[in-house]
Amino acid sequence: MRRLILGCMAFIMWLMLTWPFNSSVGYQGIFIGIIASCFVAIFFGDYIPGISEKFLEPQRWLWAIYYIFVFLWYCFLGNLDVAYRVLHPDMPIKPGIVKVRTKLNNLIGLTILANSITLTPGTTTIEATDDGYLYVHWINVKTQDEQEATEIIVKKFEEILERIFE
Amino acid sequence: MKETISHIFLFIGLLFDLLGCIGLVRFPDVYLRLMAATKSVTLGTGLILLSVVIAGSAPVAAKAVLVLLFISVTSPTAAHALARASSVSDIKMWEGTVCDKFTEDRKRKTNEKT
Repeated sequence: MRRLILGCMAFIMWLMLTWPFNSSVGYQGIFIGIIASCFVAIFFGDYIPGISEKFLEPQRWLWAIYYIFVFLWYCFLGNLDVAYRVLHPDMPIKPGIVKVRTKLNNLIGLTILANSITLTPGTTTIEATDDGYLYVHWINVKTQDEQEATEIIVKKFEEILERIFE
Repeated sequence: MKETISHIFLFIGLLFDLLGCIGLVRFPDVYLRLMAATKSVTLGTGLILLSVVIAGSAPVAAKAVLVLLFISVTSPTAAHALARASSVSDIKMWEGTVCDKFTEDRKRKTNEKT
């Protein structure tokens, strides 16, 4: 099953890369794409973590689309905040590395959470440990307490990611 | 109409890229510079690619979406790797830094081992 999903994803990516099917690419291109994605799916299906039957449930996809919009909104807000700090003559920054806790166990979910925290300006994930802690570099440390920092940084993403991946 | 919208996105994207570059020059230490160099620039590049999606034909738009996807995966990963590497190799943070839990925990762990 996971091989089938991986093969479909590889084939869709191939189609996007070779989209204008004019005379130079044509049906030969699609044929080679099918062979290549079958090859990838058969030989590398076991090495890709996190692909499972959960992939086919539609409500997870709806939550994923909702997550993209939430993420873009926070990304935009954070960018305005960083822009204010960059352009202010005194540079009102108060950097530090804080420790936050996450409940996510799924590897892909954890990766997306860390990448979201990094892409939201103001915070950079430095390290994720095995027992569910993230070390986050924060441009404006509001609190050094673990619980409160978790509330501010992680909660907004974690709730949606739990619905998508758990 | 399509062109106007695409130009607006292009302009906002360039503005964010410029802010990222100003931050790269103005911020005091590695971690903050890394932040300016990855985040604002990723959003700026994303907006520029979005303007390409709006203005271009369908095959071009598909490739722009792919590029957007790959940038949004690789750029934070690279930032994470660089920040961790510089923290592990004891590069000093800015003197105004409030706390550094990561170095504290790392030193405590190595002390426990030895």
